[in-house]
Parts: sequence; structure tokens; C-alpha cells
Amino acid sequence: MTITIRSVEKKFGRYPALNKVDLEIADGELLALLGPSGSGKTTLLRTIAGLEFPDAGQVLFDGEDVTFASAAARRVGFVFQQYALFKHMTVAKNIAFGLDVRKGKDRPSKGEIAQRVEDLLKLVELDGLGKRYPSQLSGGQRQRVALSRALAVQPSVLLLDEPFGALDATVRKSLRRELRRVHDATGVTTIFVTHDQEEALELADRVAILNKGEIEQIGTPDQVHDQPATAFVCGFVGEANCFEGQVNGGRFSAGALGLPASGVREGSATAYVRPHDFVLDDGGFEVRVDRAHVQGALTTVNATATDGRHIEISASRAEAALFQGTVKIAARKAHVYAA
Amino acid sequence: MAAISHRRAVDDPLWAKVLIVGVVMAFLALVLILPLAAVFVEALRKGLGPALEAVNNPDALAAVKLTLITAAISVPFNAVFGLCAAWAIAKYEFRGKALLITLIDLPFSVSPVVAGLIYVLIFGLQGWFGEYLVDNDIKVIFAVPGIVLATVFVTFPFVARELIPLMQEQGTSEEEAAVSMGASGLYTFWRVTAPNVRWGLMYGVLLCNARAMGEFGAVSVVSGHIRGLTNTMPLHVEILYNEYDFVGAFAVAALLCLLAVVTLVLKTALEVGAPGMRGRGGH
Repeated sequence: MTITIRSVEKKFGRYPALNKVDLEIADGELLALLGPSGSGKTTLLRTIAGLEFPDAGQVLFDGEDVTFASAAARRVGFVFQQYALFKHMTVAKNIAFGLDVRKGKDRPSKGEIAQRVEDLLKLVELDGLGKRYPSQLSGGQRQRVALSRALAVQPSVLLLDEPFGALDATVRKSLRRELRRVHDATGVTTIFVTHDQEEALELADRVAILNKGEIEQIGTPDQVHDQPATAFVCGFVGEANCFEGQVNGGRFSAGALGLPASGVREGSATAYVRPHDFVLDDGGFEVRVDRAHVQGALTTVNATATDGRHIEISASRAEAALFQGTVKIAARKAHVYAA
Repeated sequence: MAAISHRRAVDDPLWAKVLIVGVVMAFLALVLILPLAAVFVEALRKGLGPALEAVNNPDALAAVKLTLITAAISVPFNAVFGLCAAWAIAKYEFRGKALLITLIDLPFSVSPVVAGLIYVLIFGLQGWFGEYLVDNDIKVIFAVPGIVLATVFVTFPFVARELIPLMQEQGTSEEEAAVSMGASGLYTFWRVTAPNVRWGLMYGVLLCNARAMGEFGAVSVVSGHIRGLTNTMPLHVEILYNEYDFVGAFAVAALLCLLAVVTLVLKTALEVGAPGMRGRGGH
């Protein structure tokens, strides 16, 4: 299912949640909507689902206008942040809900429904738990039930609102892989909302970054991380040291830090340098090393420049061993944006 | 050592626990149990026979009947109204929501006598609709409709008050999930919303019923105290008492108490049956 969003606008009172958003999602794609809270990402997801309706613009499913079609008519599978499982129904009944509710000949027979529930429980590795109630499951298990309930209706598109937000780090990680596996197994077009960039970069084929109701950039995880289109994306995706300074004659300077900035408008500007893009360089500027701590294969070095600015550097352990006392560093790569 | 290691920071010393529990018990005994016992003692002062006779009196039976009819009309009405109000407040956003919440509480804050007077003012002979009602031979005040109206007014917060926090806590995502899977509004209500609120609804209905049967002030103003016609049980108790028929008064009062006790037993049974209904509900 190809999904097209055409200049969709949505206001809540006087507060604009979505401002002329355009987005195209390819069939079978796994897309992440990434942004801080209040960026409009959940509103966009709910608009695609048919749980909210836009003030202006269009939502197309395979070229067909579904802007004001109900969620049921769109055949979406929606997974809520707080699971929204039916507390008084067993796991099996929860999963079967979307099939039980069908009328007449659309409704599968009891045996078929039971079989489908079995298959889905197996898909999310919860076999044998069909007779339990949601309150008897862990958070991760509940989210798996919610996922299989959404998949039971064989949705044209699977939508997930902060699906791992309420879970602890370990469960989160395993469920991420789980979602990727389920997506690859079913091939269903999937869109999920998250404020966790790590989650978006790890899981998605493409990431759309939202800020203040607008899409700042859409691209593969590599693209948004390595070639951020805007200052916001650069600051939001991945770690970055931020410098406020001036661009003069194609060079950015902020205190002792100087960077090439060809093609950037003259005047005040912001530069972002990833921690791993700082290297030892005798032609660079001076910093005092305050502290170094190990992070897996890398070491994070906290340093202070002569003007008192804090700088975070990430290097391999061998390289980091050379960061002792006062050293000179330079940025081998930077992103500079006119203010 | 074991006793010390099990002590928690918020545990009070034994003497404090005994004192606090003792104070509560003594207070309850004085203001609740003693009067309740007195009702039954007074009713049975001259033996079971006269007490039963007083309850079996045609006027008393008429009062029982009227009380049951009043409750039978006003409780379902308020159950439906309370459910609608709670639904509107918990699930929708609209202007005047705060005002609606305040209005629902009004019967709790207004004296029941004033509530009764309001209806006299509207439907009484000199009231706004007085002439129209007389011309069309419709009796509201000093008749059953007035009693039902006054009871509905006084008891309408109970179900709504019980359901609003419950439904607000539950939010709308379960309903959204149901609708997104193709359930109709009605199907969603019966299969998702109703099961989630049923214990709260029953609890509210019980409280509402207890008050509907016991209401005195508002009903007293609109009833007219016509024996056998517009006397409810609480009013009948007062009339008998004022006539120095103590056995009769206390016998009917005892019957009213028994109805209350049945309500409380049902309420407790509900709480045992649905341990999650108060507060813990959650996810």
C-alpha cells in the first residue's frame, strides 16, 4: 500500500499541529516519524489512521482519496502507546476482536478465527498464552498482543504510536528486532512514531524528522545522520557539539574554533560537530582534557576549550589514550547552518 | 530482631494504633451503632406483634409502595443520565465542560429543602406553569410526579460522580482501538466501554438507590403528606412520630434501615467481587 500525504494541515484550537505536510510512503516500507514531543508526529500518524481528520490537504491510499474515510474503512492496524488492550477479554479474544466484529459472510468461521489467533500468537512468540488476561502479562508481552491484534485484520498499513515508549531498555531492544522481523515476514507497510532517534535509525528503512508541525528531512538513516538538511536535524539526530559563531569569507569561527563554511550565508551561524569528528591536530585549537570514560569500543572524552566551552569527543580506545592534559584538536567534518 | 527488621518507616507505635482505632470505633458506636440499635429496640419495645402491625397498616404499606416506585423511576433515570454525563465529560472536549461538572455537583451543595421549593415554585398553583397544569388537570406538586422529580434532583450526582473519574482514567484509546478494527459505536459501547465501567456503574446505582429511598427534605416540601397517597416511608415515619405512635414510627424506620443495610451488603459484595474497581483499576 502506497500512502501519499498532500499538504495536510491540522490545528488544535489556535495551535498548529501539522503545517502543510507532504509525505510519500512506498509499499512495504518501514518508516519512522521522529521528532520531539509536540512536533506533530503522533497527529500525523493518527491522521493516516483515520483517528484524526485534517483541516486541509489529502490522504491517499494507493492513489485513492481516504482523507475522510473511517479507520475501519482504511483497514489500518493501530498499536497504541499504552497498548489499549481490552482488559476484560482474554488475549485470544483481544486478538480476534477485529474478526469477531465483522458481519455476515465477511466474518471468518470460528475455526478460522481460532487458527488465525494461533498463528499470530506464534508469530509474536506468545504461543499458549491465549487464555490469559492482559493484567497477567508483562509490558513487553502486552505490546506483542497489541501488535498481533493489529495484524489480525490483515491491515493495509500498520501504524504504531511510540510502541516501545513504556518499556524498559532490554525489552525495548528485543521488541525492536521483533517488529523488524514481523515487518519482513508480513511485508505490510509500516509507520511508527518515536522520539528516540536510536530506535528510528536502527529500525526504519527511512526516517521522517518532524519539528513544529513540519517535516525537516526525509531520508535513510545514513542520510539523516551524515547529511542533515537543517540545523534542527543535525542537533536532533546523533550526538553533536553545537557552536554559535560567525561566517566570514567562507569560514566559520567561534572563539578559537575555525571551520570551512563554503556556500553558507555571511553573518551569524551555528556549527555542529559530531564527537567522533574531532581529531588530534597540531594546527587546531587547544583544549584541556577533563575526563574520559569508556563506552563500549569507544571512549568519550570531555574537554574544555580555552574560552570555557565544553566539548565532547569520541574516539577509539587507542586514540583516546593520546588525549592527556592539554591537546590540540580540529574538526575533520562539520555542518554549518546560517542562523 | 525479626520484629524490628519488619518495621517500616511509616509504622506507628502500638499505643498510637490502638488509640486511633479506638477513637474511630468509639465515635462510630456513639453516633452510628447506638442510634441504629435504638431504632430496633424502640420498634420492638412492645414485642414483635405491634411492630409488624404498624408495618402492615395500609398507610404504611402505601408509603413503602410509593418509596419503591419513586426509587424505581428515579434510579434508572439517573443511571442513564449519569452515564451520558460521564461519557460526555470523559470522552469529549467541549465548551462549558467545567460548568457541567459544577452543575452535576449542585444537588450536593444545595439544601434539599431548597430543591423541593424550586419545584413548588415552578409547578405549584402560583408557580410558572401552575395555571397551565390546573387547566389541563395535571398534578405535579402534592402528587407522585413531584416526589419523583424532587428525588431525581437530589440523587442525580451519585452515578455521574462515580463514573467520571473512572472514565477519565480509562481515556479513549480502547474505544479507538475497537473503532479502528471496524466496531460500530453501539458494539464498542457494549463490548468495550460498558464492561470497563460496570462495577462503577453498579456502585453508583446502589448509592443513588439508598439516597432515593431515604430522601426526606426535598420530598417533604413537594409531597403534601397525604396519607396513603403521597407519603413516602421517611415522611410516614415523621407523621407517626409526631402523633406519638412511637412503636409505629420506629417500626417503619426499622424497615427503612433494613433496606439500607441490604444496600450496604450489596455494596460490600460488589467491592469483594471487583477488587480493582476503586482506584487500582489501571493498566
